[in-house]
Order: sequence, then C-alpha cells, then structure tokens
Amino acid sequence: MIPAQFDYVAPTSVADAVAALAEHGDEAKVLAGGQSLLPILRMRLNAPGVVIDLGRIPELQGVTEDGDHLVIGAMTTYAAVLASEAVSAHAALLNKAIATVADPQIRHRGTVGGALVHADPAGDVGAPALALGAELVIAGSGGSTRTVAAEDFFEDLFTTAVGEGELLTQIRIPKHTGWGAHYEKFVRVSHQWSIVGVAATVRSEGGSIAEARVGLTNMGSTPLRARAVEEALVGKQATDEAVRSAVASVAEGTNPPSDLNGDADYRKHLATVLTRRAVLAAAGA
Amino acid sequence: MTRINVTVDGVRYSDEVEPRTLLVQYLREGLGKTGTVVGCDTSNCGACTVHLDGTSVKSCNVLAVQADGHEVTTIEGLATDGELHPVQRAFHETHALQCGYCTPGMIMQACDLLKENADPSEQEIREGLEGNLCRCTGYHNIVKAVQQAAKDLSSQAVGS
Repeated sequence: MIPAQFDYVAPTSVADAVAALAEHGDEAKVLAGGQSLLPILRMRLNAPGVVIDLGRIPELQGVTEDGDHLVIGAMTTYAAVLASEAVSAHAALLNKAIATVADPQIRHRGTVGGALVHADPAGDVGAPALALGAELVIAGSGGSTRTVAAEDFFEDLFTTAVGEGELLTQIRIPKHTGWGAHYEKFVRVSHQWSIVGVAATVRSEGGSIAEARVGLTNMGSTPLRARAVEEALVGKQATDEAVRSAVASVAEGTNPPSDLNGDADYRKHLATVLTRRAVLAAAGA
Repeated sequence: MTRINVTVDGVRYSDEVEPRTLLVQYLREGLGKTGTVVGCDTSNCGACTVHLDGTSVKSCNVLAVQADGHEVTTIEGLATDGELHPVQRAFHETHALQCGYCTPGMIMQACDLLKENADPSEQEIREGLEGNLCRCTGYHNIVKAVQQAAKDLSSQAVGS
C-alpha cells in the first residue's frame, strides 16, 4: 500500500525542526530513519498531514565522547553505532543489542533516537539504554533543552517523555569501559521482534561480579530495569549455580503481554532463563 | 509535489514527486526500472533491496524525497557493458533461483555483504541475508552462489 497524502518538510537544523513542529502541531509526525514509521504510514495506521524529516540535520548524527560520557546523536543509524569503536569500548551492551535489530538493510536506515521515541516495548534499544543509565536530551521551543533519565523516559506503550513540540536530540551514556556485555534475545524466526530480550552488562573482579546492570525487553508496556537482580548479583561468583539463584526473581513485578508467541507466564519463565544466560555471557563465564 | 534530483544507475534524473511516493514506486513507475520488485509490502522480504549511496536499503521503506541528492543503484545498474556482475553470474551458474522473484534483492544484498566482508563464512552469509526471504526456500544454492561470488571477486582483485 501507499501512504495517504502528506506535506513534507526537511529542516536542516534542530531549531528549524522544532519551529516546524510548533507550526504544524499535532498534524505533524517526525520521520527519523523511517523503518517503523513508513510501514505504519503504508498500512495507514497513521495519516499525518505533515511529515518532518530529520534526515538532513547533520548535528543529530554521529557518536562523540564527552569526558566520562558517550554522546550519540538521535539520528545516528544502527549501522553507524555498530561501526563505532567508542561504543564497542565504552557501551558494549548497546553494540550487542543493536547487532540483533532486524536485518542489515533496516540497520542501515534505522536510528537509535527513532527507536527510543517510537518506544515499542519489543524494541531492542530501550533495555540497554535503561541498563546503562542513559540520559536523553530533549530540545523544545526557543532553544531550550532538558535532560531526562532513561528510567523516567519510557512512560507507556509507544509513549515517552518527549512532549508535543519537542525532539529527542542526544543520547548520553555514562561510559562502562571494560564491562562485559551480552544481549540475549529470544525469537522464533530470524529478524522477528523480541518475544523476550535481556540486556546485561557486568563489571568483573577476580572471577566474581562487582557490579551488574540488567534491562528487560517486552516484559511490560515499557522496557524495565531489574534493580533487585542487579543488587543480588553483586559479589557472586560467575557460576551457573550462583547466577541462577541471584536472577530467580527477575520476573517479579513484571507485566508481560500474552499473545500468539507465548502467554505471560511463559515470558516470565523465559526472562529467568535468558537473564541467567545473558549475565553469564556478560561475565565471560 | 516536491522536486528531487537523484542519480539512478549512473544517470541523473530530476523529477516532481508526491512526498508520499516510495522509492521503489519512483524507480518502477517513474523511471520504468521494473527490475526492482515489490514482494511483501511490509518491509520484511527484501525483494526491493537497492543501494542508496552504496549501502543496501529496502526501497519500499524509503521515500523518494529522502533520496533527493543521493545515488541509487538497482539490479539494472550492476552489469557493465552487457557483462554480468560476478554476483549475478554466480547466481546464474549455481542455479540460485527457482521462481526468481527474490533474486534482484538477494543479489543486491549479497553485493553489500561482500563489500563488508570479502570472505564470509556460511553462517555470515546466512546472517547477512536474513532480511531477504526466498519463498521457494532455495537458500542452499543462494549461499553457494555467494560463496562462489566471493571467490570470483577475490581472484578478480588479485588478478587486477
């Protein structure tokens, strides 16, 4: 199918993009990489009057370092993140999760910022962003910006802290240099959405886990962070037995969906299995 | 309508398009480049894969206006002077197609894969083609074709 008619605006700066958003209000839809939006427009699940394309704004692209943070422009493609040595060195978890997103063609176009604002609970970028304690920089009218912690960013299904007239511009990630990382994604067939995914990153000291961060994909209406499990892992040896008992309660308090791929109880079981695997792999065990 | 300037298979075009026009529609209906096909309409199958500035994209998932100022290569632009590209030749010689519908996309994605990794393992080939579906399930010979193309391309590189 073909999308419904819309007007097209391609601003070349964040200021112009925010001005276009202000001008067109809720008639407008922001186009990032388009790998989720274009299927939505083609199926006519949404028919905006105006599409604002962020693809011609150079300041939104690329990975830079800012002291103890990585700064990823919202329009940086998955492929560019995968090619970034800085991401591999300082936020390996993001690299591992993004390597599992869709397929090569989609990774050439899809963007980190687009995925975060789209906020599909089965998307693979939210959980590592949460686990790594990312901060999201949001631009608003009159050149204003505000920064929101990942834990306050995801509000509900397809809903984030980015308000009307605002744009996500940067993802700031505290460096986790030297941390092991793994993203364990469960799917039935190739390039499917996660049935459940677990993002784990671990700092090891002499064979035991000194610190751990764990994020969950598709275990509720937003990505979730498993703080109780993170605490239970501290000081544990990276052995199957020790990790198994530390992660046993990972599904407590989660509210995963039931659908054709599995009911909620099945997903809760999966989450414990995948968390064990992800933590052990991240710890190099 | 929006004016776009695009280079497709080495030829420059300047056209008025509706913003909602998909790149694949522009290629097929605007330029008559029907070598690029639409398979699924859901961005899954990869049959419409083309190169945008040298990297593979699903042309049903890109607007023609997004290609303004950029360069597109389709399956029709791969052969030079009537001689098949090594990947096209390998698909032909190893019988890597049954109905042939997925072939343009498979070949374009295989080219992208071999540009990134000149000597891929079987597993890497399968992963590199995971966004391309063959409903005849002829994957076995498709993998063989990519392996042969990798060999041909590397011996060509050594020979030149």
